Amino acid sequence: MKPILEIQNISKRFQINHQGVPYLSLRDKLSTLFKPAGKKEDFWALRDVSFEVYPGESIGIIGRNGAGKSTLLKILSRITPPTSGRIVSRGRIASLLEVGTGFHQELSGRENIYMNGSILGMKKREIDKQFDNIVDFSGTEKFLDTPLKHYSSGMQLRLAFAVAAHLEPEILIIDEVLAVGDAEFQKKCLGKMEDVSKSGRTIIFVSHNMESLRQLCTRGLLLKTGALEINSDIDSVATAYLKNRDSRSQSMSSVKSGISIEEIQIYDDEGRSIESLTTYQSIRIECHFISNVNRDDVTFAICFDNIYEKRATTLWSSFQNKKYSVSPGRFKVVFEIPSLHLVPGEYSMVSYIESRGVEIERIDNLRRTIVSYGAKDFSSIPSIVHGSYLENFTVQIEKDVKEYY
Amino acid sequence: MAEGIEYVIESSRRRIIDLKEIWQYRELFYFFTWRDIKVKYKQTVLGVIWVVLQPVLTVAIFSLFFGRALNVPSAGLPYPVFVFSGLLLWNVFSASINTAGNSMLTHAPIIKKIYFPRIIIPVSSILVALVDFCIAFIVFLMVSVYYHVKVDFVELLIFWPSAIFLMLSGSIGISCWLAALSVKYRDFRFVIPFVLQIALFVSPVIYPASVIGNSLLNYVFALNPMYGAIMFFRAPITSTPLENILVLISVISTLSFLVLGIYYFKKTEAYFADIS
Repeated sequence: MKPILEIQNISKRFQINHQGVPYLSLRDKLSTLFKPAGKKEDFWALRDVSFEVYPGESIGIIGRNGAGKSTLLKILSRITPPTSGRIVSRGRIASLLEVGTGFHQELSGRENIYMNGSILGMKKREIDKQFDNIVDFSGTEKFLDTPLKHYSSGMQLRLAFAVAAHLEPEILIIDEVLAVGDAEFQKKCLGKMEDVSKSGRTIIFVSHNMESLRQLCTRGLLLKTGALEINSDIDSVATAYLKNRDSRSQSMSSVKSGISIEEIQIYDDEGRSIESLTTYQSIRIECHFISNVNRDDVTFAICFDNIYEKRATTLWSSFQNKKYSVSPGRFKVVFEIPSLHLVPGEYSMVSYIESRGVEIERIDNLRRTIVSYGAKDFSSIPSIVHGSYLENFTVQIEKDVKEYY
Repeated sequence: MAEGIEYVIESSRRRIIDLKEIWQYRELFYFFTWRDIKVKYKQTVLGVIWVVLQPVLTVAIFSLFFGRALNVPSAGLPYPVFVFSGLLLWNVFSASINTAGNSMLTHAPIIKKIYFPRIIIPVSSILVALVDFCIAFIVFLMVSVYYHVKVDFVELLIFWPSAIFLMLSGSIGISCWLAALSVKYRDFRFVIPFVLQIALFVSPVIYPASVIGNSLLNYVFALNPMYGAIMFFRAPITSTPLENILVLISVISTLSFLVLGIYYFKKTEAYFADIS
């Protein structure tokens, strides 16, 4: 089978103008006419990126900010040309780099559906055909003839995604549009995108949300400072990305309080060091500290924050009424969790230390970790939309239950 | 996978218009034009009446000052008909350049997020002006009937379509050129209204071309794309013969603007998203 997209040695160079403005004025042009050109610095947003995409694949592009993800999407969607290299495409590409491109505040919902749809590449005939589905999906039928400026931002977003969801190109390029909207709607969008990918269309998806990437994509590409670092299955790419990010964001040493974290390790119930966790797993978290000072009335805490930067849970020694005295030297604090009740998802671990009721040390982004669900073949897997805490429960049906009328 | 669709994205692109692609996107012309017209008259009490009112009021004021008070000659036509015939074309030209010249900047958010042939944007702005033209044209016909203007119908069938063709060519060429330039040099936002103001007075709109006696100056005057368009448009309703050489100069100038304007636009359009 021929690949639907062949990306061959794509590079993109930007010239950074040290005057600071991206545009020029005539005066600048005239004043540099007789002077040697000002300092221009080359910046390679992408360097020699090659990969192939086969029909029906869904590919997730992962990378930190500035890794070149957006530039790659812009080149693929023909918004900006590559500096060198070529791309062969064997299908219609529709790109969704923003929801509601071309929305006009003065136009009504109905008019905006047509405007937005046609900018995204739909024919009027197709929009006519899909119109009812779009309105249905967005849930804005009551306001169809109201100008968009009277819509809430959530409604605008729903309308915009509804139009985009009904595009039918062979290749769909999506940039992190799911990062907005309420949880219920996000779930709906993700579900719609799964349908799209199951119907055999090709999806290229950029997101920072590893959970939705895992759910939607089969293959992942990890970009790092403009170069393609890993091209592999989504799970290993996501793990590599998180590991990579941890090693950079750690700022463990501290002189402020005299106590600092040296290392944090998580073990499973058989004593193996583990990277990612599983819901209901029994784990043991060991924090290695080093202290240069004497302190008493010290308490330690480990917190898990979810992707929305909401605290999911806190393990604080105070909750167990445990206070310690610390003297210079190394020591470790061990937290044991018999059954982890976190909903599957991505979490950021935070640690803080208090002494006499005052916070003396705090380390954000101590470590990133992924919690997954043990049983993969379940019909529904809990995720962040179901809350942060997952109860350990059983369910059964008992005889002689009254029928529900 | 759809059969037959295959295209290549590369750094160097063709600099001529890809008509096949524009045909695929033809509905977008309609939607952009439709949107601009809708938005233009939303929340106005008089709405589309403005399209009629604007040229009529201008014609009335110009007739009062230039026709009555200053006795500007009008090539044998009643002055209101004379100035209306010029303004009719001039308004399309000036409105096109005003909106289309800025169109790349006003559409920057869309340009950065989605691909379609960029030329659709300035051309749609011109189509908006053309819709206004059609309405004003009907008013012009009524005014002409009212003043019992004598018309040579054979000439009319040749010259009016040519005049409209020249008017559109000049508008598209200069608009595209300015649209591309103003992405790069924001100065053009200030230059455009200023130059248009002056250009009205060096075009034969409010006075006939014959008032310029100096023959050398006439050639410079004819470089103006609107010179040919206005002369063609007036030819069937006046008895003054066309100055062949001057009209030829204007036609060549207009077509050069069209070709060069589009060429410059195509040459720079790939980088609009990077610098706008």
